[in-house]
Parts: sequence; C-alpha cells; structure tokens
Amino acid sequence: MAQLIVPSIHTVPVEVGGMVVLLRTCDPDFVRMLEDRYTGFAGSPIPPAFEFDVELVTSIGFDPEADVEVRCEQRRWVFRRGDFYAEWDPRSRRGSIRQTANPYSVDAVLRIVHSIVLAGEGGFLLHSASAMRSGRASLFSGLSGAGKTTISRLAPPDVTLLTDEVSYVRRQEYGYRAFGTPFAGELARVGENICAPIAALYLLEKGPTNRIEAVSITEATQRIMRNILFFAEEPDLVRRIFDSACEFVARVPVYRLTFFPDERVWELIR
Amino acid sequence: MKQKYIARSSAIAARKLGDEMIVMSALNSTLFTLNEVASVIWQAADGKTPLAEIVAGTVCREFDVTPEVAYQDAETLVNDLAGHGILLVSEQPIPAPVPQESR
Repeated sequence: MAQLIVPSIHTVPVEVGGMVVLLRTCDPDFVRMLEDRYTGFAGSPIPPAFEFDVELVTSIGFDPEADVEVRCEQRRWVFRRGDFYAEWDPRSRRGSIRQTANPYSVDAVLRIVHSIVLAGEGGFLLHSASAMRSGRASLFSGLSGAGKTTISRLAPPDVTLLTDEVSYVRRQEYGYRAFGTPFAGELARVGENICAPIAALYLLEKGPTNRIEAVSITEATQRIMRNILFFAEEPDLVRRIFDSACEFVARVPVYRLTFFPDERVWELIR
Repeated sequence: MKQKYIARSSAIAARKLGDEMIVMSALNSTLFTLNEVASVIWQAADGKTPLAEIVAGTVCREFDVTPEVAYQDAETLVNDLAGHGILLVSEQPIPAPVPQESR
C-alpha cells in the first residue's frame, strides 16, 4: 500500500510596522533563509494580519527583467514581476506567492502589501533612511545617491537606525510614527524593530557645508510624492497617497539638509 | 465669441497649500502646482460658469489685471491644463460626473 506522505508546513511570521504577515512553506531551507533575512522581525507572537502560502518553483516562466505589476481584479490583488507571481485577497486575509527560492521576491511582496495597507490608513512607505535619537525619529529622504546610506553610516552610537532605505510611516492620533524595517539598502543591515514619533523629515542633498533650511510646503509635498513607494495604479488609492502626503507635510516639519559627508552632520540633528 | 466652460477632471486629487494649489493626476501621478491666480480659476471651474465670467467676476476683482490680459492668460492656462487631462474644456456647460459605485 502506498504511504501517504504529507510534507510538514513551516511558518515564519514577519512583523513590520506592528503588522504580521505569516509566510507558510514546505521547505525548511527556505525557512532558514527567511529567518536569517528577517532577523529581528521574524517570530513575532502577534496574531498575523495576513497569511501567504509560498510555493517554490525552479522557474517562474516570466521574463526575468519584467517590472513589477500590481493590479486589483474584483477585490483580489495580483502582483507579478520577473521573479514571482502572487495573489492576495485582503478580505479572506490569505494570499499565495509562487517564486524561486530567494529572499528578494518575498521582500517585494511584503513591500507591496504593506504599501497598500498603509495607503488605506493614511500612512506610506517612504524611500528614506530613518533613525531614532532621544526617543524621536528623523527621516532622511532622497533618491539613490542623495546620501541615505552615507548619513546612516555616519550615525553616532546614541542613534538607532530604523532603516537605511525604506521608512515605514504610520499615522497616529497625534502626528506620525516611524517603524524600523528589514528593507535594507546599500548598508545591507536591517533596521531595529522599534518605533518612535517622527520629529522631522530631512530632504537630503550633498554639499560643501552642513546646513538646514526650511522648504515650502509645496516643495515638501512634491518631494515626498516623488519618494513614496507605491506600486498600485488604482486612482482611489493614488488619491489617498496624495492626501496622506499633504497631511504629513501639514503636521511634520520638513527641511532641506545639505551635508558634507562626515560625522559633524549629526550635530545638526537632535 | 463662443463661451468656454471649464470643469475639473474627476481623475485628479487637489489640495490647497498656502497660496498655491497642488493638483495630481490620479491616472499617472503627475503633479502640477498652480499659482494664486490659477488656483482661483481652478476652484471656480464648476462646468457651469463661463470662463469669461470667472475672469471678469473673480480674477479681475481679486487681482490687479485688465479683463483682456486676464482672459488671454486664463485661456492659455486652461488649454495647458486640458492638454494634461486634468481640466475639461467645452463650448457647452459640462455636467457634473455621475458618482461611480465604490468598490
């Protein structure tokens, strides 16, 4: 008689921004890969908000160079890129990911899911470094090359890095709070899984001297919109992101921080 | 002269920030910044009031400009915004869009 072999299911809860996404897989090696990738963010006891079954395949069959595509079909989200295909139904709180055994595909799916959830709550993911000092968070925003990694690397010991690449901004009753994320940039170091109220957002520019200047709310809004990570094109959600950026600018001071890349820049950030 | 009616596209989001208005196309996320005069015209674009009336009744009353110059500038502005798909321009009054069923 043929034996019925049921592969054991392993789960990895990944907590980002206080929200847990549970990843299920049959592959113990992949579990170790995820636990290693999400050190400090995996293993949360908080009940998961969403659960994803991860199916590992040797080839996804798409053009490996294909850009990410995010669309909503009858309240069910479909995400695809050259290296994965995922579906997600927020109502049933379940989803599935088909991908090869790498940590980057899951990372992309998590960013997309969080960006959509945050859009509905007045928050967003921002292309910025963030760090906590004296119980308050500062965000350092800019596109590649603006200095996010540099300013993260220059942080003195009393500064806790929340991320050097993607900041998690959640709206609270009074202001905004930044959460640490595992979404790392060139520093290749995950942030600390902690959060703090946001004191200021700095728009980074490299220059010969260190200085902080106020920026107009129009410029601040434009710069934030340029740096918000958002993958969906649904007009309603895009409008919400715009409203969130305007609200953020109305509540959080935004400055231009021109800096010379040495540790003295942190003397300006208290 | 034929009348021109203008109405804001439904596929936009807009927010007044200080004296300026930021308008975003929800179709491609492009941002437009309108100065004080353009903001006044934008806010008056209800699809029912002719552009000439907006210029004479609002722009010329609030800003130090002659009706001729103001109308020329307003025409340039509305044609530009219409070209970006964020403003509708017609020789007839433009009915308000029917609210879409929310998903």
